[in-house]
Amino acid sequence: MEELASLLNGFYVVFSPFNFMLMIVGILLGVIIGVLPGLGGANGVAILLPLTFSMSPTSAIIMLSCIYWGALFGGAITSILFNIPGEPWSVATTFDGHPMAQQGKADEALTGAFTSSFVGAIVAVVMITFLAPLVAKFALKFGPAEFFAVQFLTFASFIGMGKGSAFKTLASMCLGFGLASVGLDTVTGQLRMTFGITDLLTGFKFLTAVIGLFGIGEILASMESGLAFSGSHAKLKLNAVIEAWKKLPRYWITFVRSCVVGCWMGVTPGGATPASFMSYGLAKRFSKNGERFGKGELEGVVAPETAAHAAGTSALLPMLTLGIPGSPTAAVLLGGLLIWGLQPGPLLFVEQKDFVWGLIASMYLGNLVGLMIVLTCVPLFAAILRIPFSIIAPVIMVICAVGAYTINNAMFDVWMMVGFGIVAYCFNKLSYPLPPFVLALVLGDMAESSFRQAMLLSQGSVTIFWSNGLVGSIMSLGLILLLWPVISWVLDKMRAAKAA
Amino acid sequence: MHDDKGGEGPSLVSIRTMDIAVAVFCLVLAAIIIMDSTRLGFRWREDGPAAGYFPFYIGLIIAISSLVNLARAISSKGAPKTFVTKQAFRQVLAVLIPLAVYVLFVGWIGIYVASAIYIALFMWYFGRYALPKGAAIGIGVSLVLFVMFEIWFLVPLPKGPLEDLFGF
Amino acid sequence: MTGHASKFLTVAGLAVGALATAFSVTPAAAQAWQPTKAVTFVIPAGTGGGADQMARFIQGVVTKHNLMPQPMVVINKAGGAGAEGFLDMKASPRDPHKIVITLSNLFTTPMATGTPFSWKDLTPVAMLALDQFVLWVNAETNYRTAQDYLNAIKGGSDKQFKMGGTGSKQEDQIITVALERLTGGKKLTYVPFAGGGAVAVQLVGKHVDSTVNNPIEAVSQWKAGALRPLCLFDAKRSVYTAKVTSSMAWSDIPTCKESGLNVEYQMLRGVFTTSGVTAAQVNYYVELFKKVMATDDWKKFMEDGAFNQTFMTGDQFKKWVEANDKLHHDLMKEAGFLATN
Repeated sequence: MEELASLLNGFYVVFSPFNFMLMIVGILLGVIIGVLPGLGGANGVAILLPLTFSMSPTSAIIMLSCIYWGALFGGAITSILFNIPGEPWSVATTFDGHPMAQQGKADEALTGAFTSSFVGAIVAVVMITFLAPLVAKFALKFGPAEFFAVQFLTFASFIGMGKGSAFKTLASMCLGFGLASVGLDTVTGQLRMTFGITDLLTGFKFLTAVIGLFGIGEILASMESGLAFSGSHAKLKLNAVIEAWKKLPRYWITFVRSCVVGCWMGVTPGGATPASFMSYGLAKRFSKNGERFGKGELEGVVAPETAAHAAGTSALLPMLTLGIPGSPTAAVLLGGLLIWGLQPGPLLFVEQKDFVWGLIASMYLGNLVGLMIVLTCVPLFAAILRIPFSIIAPVIMVICAVGAYTINNAMFDVWMMVGFGIVAYCFNKLSYPLPPFVLALVLGDMAESSFRQAMLLSQGSVTIFWSNGLVGSIMSLGLILLLWPVISWVLDKMRAAKAA
Repeated sequence: MHDDKGGEGPSLVSIRTMDIAVAVFCLVLAAIIIMDSTRLGFRWREDGPAAGYFPFYIGLIIAISSLVNLARAISSKGAPKTFVTKQAFRQVLAVLIPLAVYVLFVGWIGIYVASAIYIALFMWYFGRYALPKGAAIGIGVSLVLFVMFEIWFLVPLPKGPLEDLFGF
Repeated sequence: MTGHASKFLTVAGLAVGALATAFSVTPAAAQAWQPTKAVTFVIPAGTGGGADQMARFIQGVVTKHNLMPQPMVVINKAGGAGAEGFLDMKASPRDPHKIVITLSNLFTTPMATGTPFSWKDLTPVAMLALDQFVLWVNAETNYRTAQDYLNAIKGGSDKQFKMGGTGSKQEDQIITVALERLTGGKKLTYVPFAGGGAVAVQLVGKHVDSTVNNPIEAVSQWKAGALRPLCLFDAKRSVYTAKVTSSMAWSDIPTCKESGLNVEYQMLRGVFTTSGVTAAQVNYYVELFKKVMATDDWKKFMEDGAFNQTFMTGDQFKKWVEANDKLHHDLMKEAGFLATN
């Protein structure tokens, strides 16, 4: 139990009033960053890095990682209240979180989201504490073929869920893939579908699309149905947190599944956004209440939030042990480590014990402090819905515009946001589903480049996807999930035949 | 999610018409994608797919599924369902047009001034608030954003002549 | 309502604009220039890469030592292999509050994609350093020298050996093509990845056979004994003699030339500002970077990344850039990477 001793020492390092204050400041800043779609964790961390040079590396990393936790918590707030994902990984939270808010259960959804985030993060931290070296070795097994397999699995677990027209689902999904392929092709260095338009060089950014499709689309829909957000007149209940907590234990299996998905995706590193989608898809498929997903089911908030936090937290592990950042925020943190003279990599855990264990200890404390802060604020957040529509709507539009602009510092993206808003308005009414579109946009170019890298390695042979046990089993699992509807249909028939 | 709340009043466009329009729009996009994929090369080379391989087939799937959607829409029978009523469409345009004007002005006079004006006018037009009240909230929101983005997080947003005047 | 608003705004805008012009006359007349608002530092590459690390490091040093009266804001504009960042610089001429850090994509991106920009759309400020390239293999392999590896390629089948690198038709692939001239007709399979750190990890995981990572991208894996450097793509050995691993320093890595691979390549880490700025404005930044380079932080950063410390400004730097532009054109042409459309 060498880890426990080290961890205790870590807590000893972290426990000082100064560090505790930094933690609270970090969480609060992080929540703001998470709420505003224009500021990502990377922004906040990058901008505060210079401020932290006067502190010791341990204090600095505590503050910075707390910003990271805060941002993870904060992303859920606007997703639930206004259907605007503050961060990419909270897109899946809108699917059930926002309907809950519309039914006047915003406080329940928020409590569920925050608690799930906390559970996901803590499980991931425990994994980091005890399994770090093992997990780091596992991450090394991931080459292009394995990456593609994971992306395929994400896709397979999410798709096939729509009840509407299959052809509309297909069109929507492929439009997402089509938009994802715009811009520079990383494998050949050719420009695709840019037609000499410089604004298209960067391609269509996931967050621009999401702000437009969900945020602006929602306002347009509300306008039509009479100048109000539904659910705004819900009574504020002071014991909402306790009430929601009473319901959460019955979703224990979703918690377990989502933690596994999240930790796995964070380490490999698939990332928090695919993790949240995968977890949502699996929960929908395997839950008793699967049918009601998308209409305001608490379980549909629990699944993506748990997975996103578990992934976001475990993504720090490959960064510390291998020097590969699992997310843009982690990349900026990595830059910070270098400036403090700390070389991330396999030796960090050996050479910088105080620092590493201080960081891990601060992960436990930071998440706990974060949870307490955000839970206290639940009634406050829920009360935002009581602000009259004609005040809050233009403010949301402004925040969306700011968010779209900051993604690339380009006005073009703000126009795209408006365009996506109109698309969402039409798609919603014609029952073209939006989630497959969004998922295709986020996974599209990643999956394509991993696939083609794998093809380069195997010289064009697709057998590479079954060339070893790891990639083979992920791919097979993906295929099973993709064909699950068919399989379960056959199983039902067989059972029926037996009974008869 | 929102499909059943179209409001009352005479229909402006039917679902069928919009279904056809969206399918045609998708067909156009598919054509653009396929066109550019053929330029890039869409064959499976000896070391894997070329740059246009995936886009080409994606374009093809969009085209096929849109054709099905188009055929279904054209052949749909029964009483025409309303996509949007005149009255509801007016409401939507009342948000959409000012939004477009606002975005146009952001590039011109900067996001802070444009936002303050936009919020004030929105509150005045839709919420029947007095203009000074709207202006107060608009300016307040812009100031908070300004402090947060330009001073605190150092994220530069589009600025215009007013900010120039103060040396930003 | 919008009609009224826009008329009002146009009038207000004009008035404010006139006022602003009236005010801006005074500071421009002054001889020595210094920034009057936040300086934007554009990075034409993604977060986490070599250019990003250096720019953020400079931002850190400037802030820590209070070297500038105004804040420095770092922005990544990585789209289209950096074209986004350079086009942004091109689109704002005479803006002294904007500087950009470059990597080789200043030369390669317009050549490979046909995007309309060149270094002539910018004003050169200073060369900060040259970044090195090292040929790396996994430490568990039996290749002790570059010659060993070269022989293995010669003896293997065509395209059997995989070279991992960052991006397509950029510096890593240029070096790979240069190596292929020495392999007796055997090609290497070049596999492009998104970032330098990821490339090094792919090599540790044995998904590729070799890489040409920059020192800073691979140093931690080298220290941990996972990777082995074979040779340095420079004319001279590195000057850093402090031990990095228990037995080797950067200076112990032979040059590729002495190992029988006559390939040299280094990458510019330079700073440019927008076109049409005054000499006083360029001079301010030159002085600023001199101050940055005098700090101990910078010296340590240079050593950690085994940079070739060459500082150039003015005409000397401009000539160097001109020569390098031509060099890249020749290299790209030879490799068949020039845009055809």
